[in-house]
Amino acid sequence: MLNIKGLEVKLEEEDKQILKGVDLKIEPGTVHAIMGPNGSGKSTLSYVLSGKDGYEVTGGSAALEGEDLLGMEPEERAAAGLFLAFQYPVEIPGVGNMTFLRTAVNAQRKERGEDEMSAADFLKEVRAKAKSLKIDADMLKRPVNVGFSGGEKKRNEILQMAMLEPKMCILDETDSGLDVDAMKLVSEGVNALRSEGRSFLVITHYQRLLDHIKPDVVHIMADGRIVKSGGPELALEVENNGYADILAEVA
Amino acid sequence: MALAKLKIETTEARLADVEVPQDGAAWGNAARADAMARVRQMGLPTKRDEYWKYTDPTSLTTLAAPEAALFRNDEGPLFDAVDRVKIVFVDGVFDSEASDDLSAEGVEIDRLADAMTTDIHWAKDLYGVLESRGQTPVDRPLAALNTALATDGVVIRVTGKATKPINFIYLHKNVSSDAILHNMVKVEAGAEVTLLETGPAAARFSKLLEVDVAEGGTFHHIRAQGRDHERRAVTHCFARIAANSTFKSFTLTFNGVLTRNECVLEIVGDDAVAHVAGVCVGDGTDFHHDDTVFITHDALNGESRQVFKKVLRNGATGVFQGKILVKAGAQKTDGYQISQSLLLDDDSVFLAKPELEIYADDVACSHGSTSGAIDETALFYLRSRGVSHDDARNLLTLSFLAEALDEIEDEGLSEELRDRLEGWLSRHS
Repeated sequence: MLNIKGLEVKLEEEDKQILKGVDLKIEPGTVHAIMGPNGSGKSTLSYVLSGKDGYEVTGGSAALEGEDLLGMEPEERAAAGLFLAFQYPVEIPGVGNMTFLRTAVNAQRKERGEDEMSAADFLKEVRAKAKSLKIDADMLKRPVNVGFSGGEKKRNEILQMAMLEPKMCILDETDSGLDVDAMKLVSEGVNALRSEGRSFLVITHYQRLLDHIKPDVVHIMADGRIVKSGGPELALEVENNGYADILAEVA
Repeated sequence: MALAKLKIETTEARLADVEVPQDGAAWGNAARADAMARVRQMGLPTKRDEYWKYTDPTSLTTLAAPEAALFRNDEGPLFDAVDRVKIVFVDGVFDSEASDDLSAEGVEIDRLADAMTTDIHWAKDLYGVLESRGQTPVDRPLAALNTALATDGVVIRVTGKATKPINFIYLHKNVSSDAILHNMVKVEAGAEVTLLETGPAAARFSKLLEVDVAEGGTFHHIRAQGRDHERRAVTHCFARIAANSTFKSFTLTFNGVLTRNECVLEIVGDDAVAHVAGVCVGDGTDFHHDDTVFITHDALNGESRQVFKKVLRNGATGVFQGKILVKAGAQKTDGYQISQSLLLDDDSVFLAKPELEIYADDVACSHGSTSGAIDETALFYLRSRGVSHDDARNLLTLSFLAEALDEIEDEGLSEELRDRLEGWLSRHS
C-alpha cells in the first residue's frame, strides 16, 4: 500500500534536517503505529506524505500503490486515497460542515473521473455515518470545527475519513486532547473502517490508543529515523520503560 | 475660511455652465437653490481634502463623465425570481415602459419630478433635509450637488407593511452617461419596506438616497452595484432613525474603477437599530472602492453595526473610513465596527481609518480592522480532503465574507448574492 524508502526531509525555511532516511512499508489491510519522543519527526512524516508546504524532500521516495506521492498536489494525493486525520483540525468559519464534506467527496470523485454523489444519497450516507460517531445534526450544520470541543473535532475527522473512504489513513496523534470516552468512540469509528483494502498509520505518544486500535506492527522513531520495529509488545515496552532503553539499545 | 485655489478651480470648472433646475414648486426650487449655495460655500472635493485622502475625487468632479465601456453581463438579472415592484432607470432616466406600475400595497410611489412640482407633498420635508443635516461635522459637497441638480428619481412613502420589495434597476447603455438620481423613502410609524437596488446605472453615477424611518418602522436595503469594470459611482445614503425602528443596509460591489459609497446614519430615537454592511470584490490595479460611514448616536440604547469586507487581488485598492459618534446623553449605546480585507497578493492595498468619538460614559463600542492573506493552514486542510487549490481558496474567501453576508436578513436574497460572489471568484481564479 504505502512504500517509503530512505525518505530525507528538511525544513524549507531553516536549514534543518528532520527526516534522515525513513524506511517504511505498509501492506494492505494492516495497521502500523509509530511512536517516538517529541521532535523525532513523526508529525513531519505525516505532513510530508500529505503534501504540506514548508518541507523540502532531499532524498528518498514515497509511493502509494506504486504511484509516486511526492510529486502530487495535496488534493491529488487525497484523490489517490491518502487521508490525514489532523492532530489539530482546522476551524473554518463560514463553511458549513455538511457543505465541506460534500465538496470534498465530490471533488475526489471528480478527480477520479467518477460521477458526483447525489444530494439525497450523500445526505443518507452522512447521517448514518454521523450517527455511529454520535455526531448530531447540529454539528453537521455548524461551520467546520468552529466551537467544537477537542473530542468533537476528532470525531469530525473520523467522519470525514468514513465519508471519503481512503485507502491509506494516517492518524496524527488523534488521541491528544481526548478523554477516555471520546477515545473509545473515535477508536470504534476507526476500527469500523478497518478492512482488507485499507491500511492505517497511527502516530501516537501513548500506548493507550493502541489498546483500542490494535496495531499489527509498531515502529519506534527517533531523530528522523525508524530505529526499531516490532509487534504490539513494543508499545507496551515503551509504556513501561519509556524510550530511553530502546534508544540506548539501538544507539 | 477662504477655499483653496484648487478647490475654487475645481468647483468653477464643474459649475461654469450649470443651471440649477427651477421648474418645480416653490419649495423644490428653494431646496435646489439652497443646495447649490452649500456646494459653492463648501467647494467640491479635491484630492487634498482630508476626507478624500485615500480616494481621488477628480474624475467625479470633471464637467464631463469619463467614458465607461458597456459590459455584457452573461448572468441573468439579479432577484429575477423575487416578486417585486421593478422601477427601471436607463443611464439615470426613468423608463416607464420597462418599469412596473408604480403602485403596491403599503406604499405610495411618485417620480421625483412629479413630487417636486406638487405644492403640497410630503417630499417637501425631506428633500435635501437629511442630506443637509448630514453635512455636519463633515462636508459632503457631492451630496449637495446631487440635491441641487437631480431631476429624476423616485420617492416612496411607506404607510404599512409593504407586501413586495421595491427594486430600483439601474441599466447602463451609454458609454458616456452621467446620471444623477435622488431617491427618498419615508417609512411611517410601524411601517416596513425592503428596497433593492441593482445595476451599474451609468458611466458616472451620482446617487443619493434619503431615508426617514419613523417610530417602530423597518427599512431593509440590499444593493448590488453591477459588474461593469469602467464605471464610476459616488453614492450617498442619509438616514434618520427614530425610536424603536430598524435600518439595515447591505451593499455588494463587483468591479468598478471608482466607487465611493457614503452612508450617514443618525439615530435620533431610543432603542433603535442601525446596521450597515458591505462586501466588495475587486481585481486589478484600476479597481478602487471606498466605503465611508458615519453613524451618530443621539438617543438611548441605540445599537449600530458596521461590517465591511473586501477581497482584493492583482493590485486592487480598498478604502474604509468609518466613524461612530456617540453624543453626550446617548447612554447604553452599543456600537460595533469591523472592516477587514483579504489581500490575495502582495500588490493589493487596503486603507482603513476606523474612528470612535464618544461623549457618553456608559456605552459599549468596539472597532477592529484587519488585512490578511488566505490562511495557509486552512487551505492545506481543505486540499488534504481533495478540494482543489482554487476551489479551496474560493471557499475560504466566501468564508471570510460570511459575516457581512449574514447581515442580510432574507436568506433567499443572501443566497443569491452568495452565488454571484461564487461566480465572480471562479471567473477570477
